[in-house]
Amino acid sequence: MSSDRSDLLKQGEEFLQAFSRGAEFTKELLVENARLRERLAALEQEQADASRTPEEWERYRSGLQSRLDDLEQECASVRLRLQQVEEENQQFASRYLEVEEENNNLASLYVASYQLHSTLDLDEVLKIIVEIVINLVGADIFAVYLLDGNTGQLDIAASEGADPSAFPSCSKPGSPLSTALERGEVTCGDSSREPNFEEPIVCIPLIVHDRPIGLIGIFSLLQQKDGFSKLDHELFSVMGGHASTALFAARLYSQSERRLNTIQGFIDLLAK
Amino acid sequence: MDRKRILIVEDSPTMRQLLVFALRRLRNVDIVEAQDGMDGLRKISSDHFDLALIDINMPVMDGLKLISLIRGEESLQSVPIVVITTEGAKEDRERALSLGANEYLTKPIQANNVLSIVKGLLKRAE
Repeated sequence: MSSDRSDLLKQGEEFLQAFSRGAEFTKELLVENARLRERLAALEQEQADASRTPEEWERYRSGLQSRLDDLEQECASVRLRLQQVEEENQQFASRYLEVEEENNNLASLYVASYQLHSTLDLDEVLKIIVEIVINLVGADIFAVYLLDGNTGQLDIAASEGADPSAFPSCSKPGSPLSTALERGEVTCGDSSREPNFEEPIVCIPLIVHDRPIGLIGIFSLLQQKDGFSKLDHELFSVMGGHASTALFAARLYSQSERRLNTIQGFIDLLAK
Repeated sequence: MDRKRILIVEDSPTMRQLLVFALRRLRNVDIVEAQDGMDGLRKISSDHFDLALIDINMPVMDGLKLISLIRGEESLQSVPIVVITTEGAKEDRERALSLGANEYLTKPIQANNVLSIVKGLLKRAE
């Protein structure tokens, strides 16, 4: 019995809440209705005043016309601004792509130079040069020549894609390799031609203090690599500069290590 | 978005550093490096990874062997695998894909390309 009573009270409260919400909504509607009535009356009054005499009607009409002209002008200027914003947007999008490409290129160049200077071990430096030429440039057949201090000849220190004996000598006068070395400039040929050991596609002289210490000759590219990009040319310059100094430093380090060991040997001998 | 874990299995330190550089541009990503197939297998078997980038030509254990071992393990079958290799021949691509690789990219890589593929695979796996 008491539960029926409490249910009834609950239902009654819910009804009262719904009723009060409805009352509030009706009040809002009445206020809005009154506002619109006032606005309509004002407009009717404005129109009635304007239509009393032809001059007033003309003034009212020209006022509306001028407002319309202003709005049309505003609309045209907004359209123009929209067009400008769209153009700016396109420019930003293409600039974003350029910056992104530049960013990727810089990352590759940074990685290449970082790796080249990460060790003082000659074999490690050569391994890194090979990695860069394969992975970043996309070369298939290539050789790294290094100057032999005793003979003064450039010998193959590392190679990929072919037997070391297949690669040409750098000492042959007038050959593309020796010409590139004499000029001290990177030479870049047609990347699409068939591999030819007499005609390297790319020659990168390795020069330190105007003295050649080696050369990288690329004879063929990976099959999926078509042509050279801006990054490739930048990588060639990085190789020419940083690979040279890395090789030079590694050689000096190994020479100094050898000398140090010899001196240490003498000292140990004298100490005995 | 939850943090994602990506495993790079590549013997070349140069390539690993380049891939890390590219992948760091993705937010909420942890990158783990492995220097050969065996190292990669050890790491992927002992920890959770949302994606693996695997090179083919590697010492100790090559990438194809690693892919077949990963796909043979039930708990690792759904891990997306992207192959990054110098081998550009059609049959190499088909072989890697038939072993269970999801994507096949040839070197030299384009960082944007790697990023869009990795993003797509991570999204698909969610």
